[in-house]
Amino acid sequence: MSIKVRIPTPLQKLTQDRAEVEANAKNVQDLIEQLNKSYPGIKDRICDENGSIRRFVNIFVNEEDFRFLKKEQTPLKDGDEVSIVPAIAGG
Amino acid sequence: MGYVKGLKCRECAKTYPAEAIYVCEFCFGSLEVDYDYEAIRKVLTRKKIESGPSSLWRYRDLLPINGEPTVGFYSGFTPLVKANRLAEELGVRELYIKDDSVCHPTLSFKDRVVAVALSKAKELGFDTVACASTGNLANAVSAHGAWAGLKRYIFIPHDLEQAKVLGTLVYAPNLITVRGNYDDVNRLCSEIAAKYNWAFVNINIRPYYAEGSKTFGFEVAEQLGWRTPDHLVCPAASGSLLVKIWKGFKEFEKLGLIGPVKTALHCAQPQGCSPIAEAILSKSDAIRLVRPKTIAKSLAIGNPADGYYARDAVNASGGTAGIASDEEIVEGIQLLAKTEGIFTETAGGVTVAVAKKLIEEGKIAKNQSVVIAITGNGLKTQEAIQSSLGGALEIDPQLKSFEEKVLISSKL
Ligand SMILES: Cc1ncc(COP(=O)(O)O)c(C=O)c1O
Ligand SMILES: [Zn+2]
Repeated sequence: MSIKVRIPTPLQKLTQDRAEVEANAKNVQDLIEQLNKSYPGIKDRICDENGSIRRFVNIFVNEEDFRFLKKEQTPLKDGDEVSIVPAIAGG
Repeated sequence: MGYVKGLKCRECAKTYPAEAIYVCEFCFGSLEVDYDYEAIRKVLTRKKIESGPSSLWRYRDLLPINGEPTVGFYSGFTPLVKANRLAEELGVRELYIKDDSVCHPTLSFKDRVVAVALSKAKELGFDTVACASTGNLANAVSAHGAWAGLKRYIFIPHDLEQAKVLGTLVYAPNLITVRGNYDDVNRLCSEIAAKYNWAFVNINIRPYYAEGSKTFGFEVAEQLGWRTPDHLVCPAASGSLLVKIWKGFKEFEKLGLIGPVKTALHCAQPQGCSPIAEAILSKSDAIRLVRPKTIAKSLAIGNPADGYYARDAVNASGGTAGIASDEEIVEGIQLLAKTEGIFTETAGGVTVAVAKKLIEEGKIAKNQSVVIAITGNGLKTQEAIQSSLGGALEIDPQLKSFEEKVLISSKL
């Protein structure tokens, strides 16, 4: 078992075109570090120079926006599903 | 011939070709259409615009298509109504309603953005269009898409007003209601958009779609006699319309079509979903997500994609923000209807209520010119005001009954 991560199109070049990858991590921050080990460069896309997640990147843990949870410290466990989604326009 | 140079990241300025893409691969910033303004300056004059079609396509040189427009020939160029009675009621000298409650064909400003989005989608070779919507966009994509002969997938939250559901279904799209709020619909649609090769107007077509909102601002400036007002009050959900009205004014200024822009742009949001307005009022650095709870369902976006840019536009213009409660929204709808004969939806109620507040608070001075952006039609949100309206007088078909019941009770 591990965590399922859905990768948005603009990042799929880094994941060899895979839209879904698996990882093991204890929280969102850690997940980004782990992803960066498997897919070097991904962290720079998601995080700014200070290492914080960019303001227009949305991360959902089991459909819930991580900013409503514990943000970077949101805990993760086996079987969780994480979605990385760019900000989207309204309608 | 069009004047699009390509797309450009709003954050890091990296450039991309004008394709169906919407985020920067390097920093995740959203992409914006980049024009060749030098070339536009050489051809675009007031006269050229004035002799163009009576639709938003009169501003075609500043819209992101390469060929001729193919959708929305009758959209836009809505009335700018001089609102004397409402002006008197609110205590300002010069007040106008920019009235997109009568935009063709689905009675909201979304007909503008969709005219541009679908023209672009066709140009890019798509045969299927889609959107995530709080209602008005659903209506517009369904209707324009029917006219253009496109397959349509429309995603909306499950609890929208009946008229917005019916006003989508009638055009026979694939309508999908999602058990969740708009932000849930949006997330789902991003995942769908990543997997299926459709033109999602507010996802992969967004850079083009959003440009359509500039025409709201262009029209205000042209209809005021080639100037911008001292104040413009604009409703915000994702914040895109507000950002693009500002961009439209600044483009006209840059091209020398109008003088320096001195408009204070004010952001109007409903209580229960006002993340942008709150960030502006509290001068906070971050825009805090909310779970929307408001009767203004068209504005119920808790995670506004253009929130930061909307805040920056408001601040750059010297404007501010205001928040209207559900009760004030209903009063705003009724006030506009009884003074100006314009029936707007809840979003318009928010805008009227906020304009009223800003005038009362002195943030809009009484001797200045004001435009209120009315972006949608009241027939679509009847539930919101049903219980606040008095009933009709019912009588028997006799003169006596008329005189007894009507003349006496209305004290003529
Ligand atoms: C009637 C109406 N007004 C205003 C808006 C706000 O638009 P934006 O998301 O561009 O801020 C919407 C959005 O759906 C709307 O339907
Ligand atoms: Zn970028």
